[in-house]
Amino acid sequence: MAKLELKNLKKAYTPEAIPVQDISLTVEDGEFLTLLGPSGCGKSTTLRMIAGLEQPTQGDILIGGRTVKDVGPGERNIAMVFQSYALYPHMTVYENMASGLKLRGLPRVEVHQRVDEAAKLLGLQALLKRKPGQLSGGQRQRVALGRALVRKPDIFLLDEPLSNLDALLREHVRAELKQLFAAQQSPVVYVTHDQTEAMTLSTKVAVLNQGYLQQLDSPQRIYTHPANQFVASFVGSPQMNFLTLPCQGDAALLGEQKIALPAGQQRQQVVLGVRPEHIHLAQPQAPLTLRGTVQLVEPLGMHNLVTVHLDPAASPAPQPTSHLRFLLPMEQDLGRESVTLSLPHASVHWFDLETGERLGLAELPS
Amino acid sequence: MATAPASSTDQPLAAPRGFPVWGTLLAVAVALIVIFSLAPVLWQLLTSLKTNPDIAANVYVPKQLTLVHYRNLFARRPFVDYLFNSTLVSAISTLLCLGLGAPAAYALARLRLPGEQIVLVVLLIVTLFPYILVFLGLLEIVQALGLANHYLALIIPYTAINLPLTILVMRSFFQQLPKDLEDAARVDGYNPLQMLTQIVLPMTLPALVTTGILTFIAAWNEFIFALTFMTDPTRQTIPVAASQLGGTSVFEIPYGPSAAATVLGTLPLVLLVLFCQRQIVQGLTAGAVKG
Amino acid sequence: MRVSTIRGREQITAWVLVIPALLLLVLGFAYPIGRAFWLSQFTENLATKLQPVYSGLENYQRLAVDSRFWDSLKNTAVFTVCSVVLELLLGLGIAVVLDQPLRGRGILRTIAILPWALPTALIALAWQWIFDNQYGIVNDLLLKLGLVQTGVNWLGEPGPAMLAVILADVWKTTPFISILLLAGLQAIPQDLYEAYAIDGASAWQQFRRITLPLLLPQILLAVLFRFAQAFGVFDLIQVMTAGGPGGATEVISLYIYATVMRYLDFGYGASLVVVTFLLLVAVVAIASFGLSRVRAHPRN
Repeated sequence: MAKLELKNLKKAYTPEAIPVQDISLTVEDGEFLTLLGPSGCGKSTTLRMIAGLEQPTQGDILIGGRTVKDVGPGERNIAMVFQSYALYPHMTVYENMASGLKLRGLPRVEVHQRVDEAAKLLGLQALLKRKPGQLSGGQRQRVALGRALVRKPDIFLLDEPLSNLDALLREHVRAELKQLFAAQQSPVVYVTHDQTEAMTLSTKVAVLNQGYLQQLDSPQRIYTHPANQFVASFVGSPQMNFLTLPCQGDAALLGEQKIALPAGQQRQQVVLGVRPEHIHLAQPQAPLTLRGTVQLVEPLGMHNLVTVHLDPAASPAPQPTSHLRFLLPMEQDLGRESVTLSLPHASVHWFDLETGERLGLAELPS
Repeated sequence: MATAPASSTDQPLAAPRGFPVWGTLLAVAVALIVIFSLAPVLWQLLTSLKTNPDIAANVYVPKQLTLVHYRNLFARRPFVDYLFNSTLVSAISTLLCLGLGAPAAYALARLRLPGEQIVLVVLLIVTLFPYILVFLGLLEIVQALGLANHYLALIIPYTAINLPLTILVMRSFFQQLPKDLEDAARVDGYNPLQMLTQIVLPMTLPALVTTGILTFIAAWNEFIFALTFMTDPTRQTIPVAASQLGGTSVFEIPYGPSAAATVLGTLPLVLLVLFCQRQIVQGLTAGAVKG
Repeated sequence: MRVSTIRGREQITAWVLVIPALLLLVLGFAYPIGRAFWLSQFTENLATKLQPVYSGLENYQRLAVDSRFWDSLKNTAVFTVCSVVLELLLGLGIAVVLDQPLRGRGILRTIAILPWALPTALIALAWQWIFDNQYGIVNDLLLKLGLVQTGVNWLGEPGPAMLAVILADVWKTTPFISILLLAGLQAIPQDLYEAYAIDGASAWQQFRRITLPLLLPQILLAVLFRFAQAFGVFDLIQVMTAGGPGGATEVISLYIYATVMRYLDFGYGASLVVVTFLLLVAVVAIASFGLSRVRAHPRN
């Protein structure tokens, strides 16, 4: 158990290849932090720097208030679960889990006790004498987890631990992981590109892009209050719709209709963001509506994802053509080519056209 | 072995369907390869089993087989010594080569080493060196240290000349190991030395065997150092001893014993190839192609 | 950029692992070569009672007009070029056959690599016997087939002797090339052939347009290795002909060996080593340059 602090962390391999530009964050005991981002965003490099497998070019890493810059991975008292599980193929499950403890000179009895405990927790008792080659993917994943748990480390690091499991198993293990780490006091840093994992597991999510921290917030806030257009587009599936609109005074123009901008924001143009799940077929007299033609219907199961080509007349001025995608419950029949959609004002996000930054602290969209 | 393929039409060099000539051609090619590779060895084996009159009369397949040449060989020469010398020198230099080469290969494959590229280029060039270029300098060393007719006079040079290939082959095997495993070991607290001995080497045991086979073959077959540094007949290795058999007496035809010596000196390697063909091919390609 | 102590420790470990091997390599390669350069400036032979006497470049002046040296160089060149070319052609053919999906392919490969693994000195004995002018099977076959009236004195005539050692070398080392080229063949993706075959290419066109270009790096690498080995050939010729008849098969390494071991002319031997070394390095450097240019073009 120890607080983890990253201070202005930077990693540069060459002047051109800089996976991590500047990342600062803190993870407290009991927190589950997910580093979320597309591939190449620097999340894995950050994790590897925390582990000591890479040396930061600049900045500092503190564990429990002490800098670990000159401390090797083996002496940081961290445990890491790898994407490939990285089990030692020539050792049994027991030896795999015990190796780190033995190297630390723990008495044999305690090693045995800790491995036993973890094996019980993970349901591995029957497999302790097997070698990794004789295990299924799910079992290997558990052994990798067990190897981390027995260490009782100051910090847990997990690098995409679910990505090698098939879809069915992944959901199951995800739920298990949540329970498992809820019982642990040490901070957890979890790397993934899968937003569902980030949302379901974390107490805190750090969205990274191109080596910079985009937003550090609770999963809910990341979804409801994306700090910028990148976060808004990366989190949430199907992706948020964006429309570039011209402005007049403190309102944006959507065709004839005026939409008030957040207080005190005046722009030439502005980006409107709205999630597909917040768009509905318009009721009569709905305040904010858009007309368009149905272009594509993609059944997703519970919903249909409908792509609508906006009518040029209603379309925002700067774009010659634009589209909106929205979710329609499966049982609701579309049955027509031309539709009118309503945008609930409360669910609309605003972003600066140039910087992509969110405008206004904004009212809570539902 | 002259078996025609069942169907070769979906293969790289296959001719269009319904072209039986291709199958025949391939069968002939296979037969030629087998004859080409085996005939000289078989001829020597046959010779070693023929009586002297049969040898002189150039009888191809003798009616009467004899072991007299083998008996003579062991009776008149310390042939057991030769076998012992060859085995000892080859085995020890192979172990030394692996012991020194594997750690170096690991450092070159995985640890940050300034000047690594230079070391690699030098190793590649050195594998191309004919032994004659170093034989003069080594001769002086052997003389200066008084090592002549001592096993070390062969063990040290054999270890040295086989090191570059050992390092290159082992390095290419180490590079194929998943890097995550070593990262996991570092997080677990293994230091580089423990990592090498407890994680990396146990995992690359097959690669060690492969590399060891190559080294063993090279050491067993070496000629120029063995010829020069071991003048005492009881310290000679098989290739040198066999090549110096010629005419134990003026009236005796040395062909029989010479053939017998060839067969005996070759036999261990034939067995090695029979059982380890896969490893040999793997090692050779790892050293040359990926190095 | 500050070198952190973690990195520093890692470098120290790396050097600790490398240094024992490097020391032995220095002893086995660097010292002997360096020593040859040094010694080549001295006269050290029976005339100087085997004591080194500084003589500057005298050894090299002597070498320039030493016809035996030039003859041995010519013999080396003939031997090297002939055997490498023959081995390449034969090795390519064998590799292609070994790449076919045959029953018993494993055994065929085992048989095909056998010659490579056997001790050259013993193989030389076998070939000496095969080419024996009285009882050798080659002469016997030639006579029985009526191709010659009297047996060829294979190892006793200059031309036939060179031919005999080249053939023996081809037998011994073709497998090495076959193995390398086979690995190269197997690395060529099958779908390239399939795509090209669908385009209507014949077997020969496939070989010519896909196999050969993609195999080129391996071919050059194999030739480079074989060139260096053939250039320094010793065992085979020493045992088969000992350089005879009349020096007709005396290659450079045999001349060096004789100079040192028979004439005890260490200084002159050293200068021969130096020249051979420089020649080899020059050729290898040119070949490596060519190889790197071929490799620079990525596959596919």
